[in-house]
Amino acid sequence: MPAKVLIVIPCYNEEASLPSVLHELQQIILPGYQLKILVVNDCSKDNTSVVAKKHNTIVIDLPVNLGIGGAVQTGILYARDNDFDLAIQLDGDGQHPPKELAKMIRFHEETGVNIVIGSRFLEKEGFQSSFARRLGIQYFHWLNRLFTGLHVYDSTSGFRLFDRDAIEIAAINYPDEYPEPESLVVFSKAGLKIREVAVIMSPRLGGKSSIRHFGSLYYCIKVSLAMLFSFIRKS
Amino acid sequence: MAKIQIITIAANILFILYISRLIIKGKLREEYAIVWVICTVFLMLFSFWRNGLEVLARITGVYQAPNLVFTGFIFAILIYLLHLSVVASKLHNDNKKLAQEISLLKEQFNKHLDKKE
Repeated sequence: MPAKVLIVIPCYNEEASLPSVLHELQQIILPGYQLKILVVNDCSKDNTSVVAKKHNTIVIDLPVNLGIGGAVQTGILYARDNDFDLAIQLDGDGQHPPKELAKMIRFHEETGVNIVIGSRFLEKEGFQSSFARRLGIQYFHWLNRLFTGLHVYDSTSGFRLFDRDAIEIAAINYPDEYPEPESLVVFSKAGLKIREVAVIMSPRLGGKSSIRHFGSLYYCIKVSLAMLFSFIRKS
Repeated sequence: MAKIQIITIAANILFILYISRLIIKGKLREEYAIVWVICTVFLMLFSFWRNGLEVLARITGVYQAPNLVFTGFIFAILIYLLHLSVVASKLHNDNKKLAQEISLLKEQFNKHLDKKE
C-alpha cells in the first residue's frame, strides 16, 4: 500500500499565487506515495477558498484568523485524524517550489529522521532573501544551537516534512505565532530527530511577508522569549 | 460624620449595587467580581474609620499616608492586570482549539454530504 502524504498549505490571502502552486503540485507523481493536498484557509479576505476548491483540493476554512501556526496545526490535526504517514508543510506564496518535495521525501526515506526542513542555506543557490533577514536567520541559528544543540541553518523555513511521531507531537503542541524556530525547540525536547536538506527557493510570487519593518524587532524578541520558555518548560 | 464620609459611603453602596446587578444579569462572572467586592469592602472600611489610613501608614513606616494608598493600589492594579492577561491567554488557547475543531468537523460533514449526493 502506498504511503499516504498530506501536503498542508496554510494560506492567508494567497489567491494570486495559489493556482500555480496547486497546478504544479498536481503534476507531481511519486511512485510508492499517494499525495493529497490540503489548503488551510486562515480566514482570508480574498477568494483563496474558492480558488482552492476549484483546483479540487481538500479545503479547510478556519472560522477565525489563527495565524500561521494555528493553520499549520489544523493541517497536522487533519493528518493525524485521517491516518496519514507524512505531512509536508508548504507555503502558498510560491516560495517553496513543489518539485523540491521529492527531495525531502527521498531524504526522509534514506535517513528516517522525524522532521526534514527544506533549507535554502545549505547550498547557496536560488533565492537567498535580504541581508537583514539573513542576519536574523544567523541569530536564530545560534539560538537554536544553544537550546537544541542542533545545527539548523534555516530554522525559519516553513518548508517541512513531519513523520507520524512528529505529527503526533505537533498536533498537541505547536506555537501559533511565528512558530518555526520555536517548534524546533519543542520537537528536539520531545526527542525527535531533525535534519535539513538543501532546496532551492524562489522569491514569493504574490502577497507580502508577515514580518516587516518594526515587526522584525518584535519577531526577534518574541521568538527568542518563546524559545527560552519552550526550553525551560517541561514537555 | 463628615461630608466626605457620607459621599464615599454613598458612592460605595452604588458601586456594590452595580456589581450585584452585573452578576445577576449574567454579565459578570462571580470569580471576577470577588476582586471588586473586596475593593469596595476596603473603601467602605476606610470611609468609616478615617484615622485608619494614618494608623496603617505609621505601622508600615510610610511618611505620608496618601503614598501608602498609591503604592497599595498601583500594586493591586498591576496584579489584577496580570490576572486579566492570564485569562485572555486562556481564552485565546480555547478559541484556537474550538476554531480548529469546527473547521475540521465542517470539512468532514461536507465530505459526507458529497458522498450521499
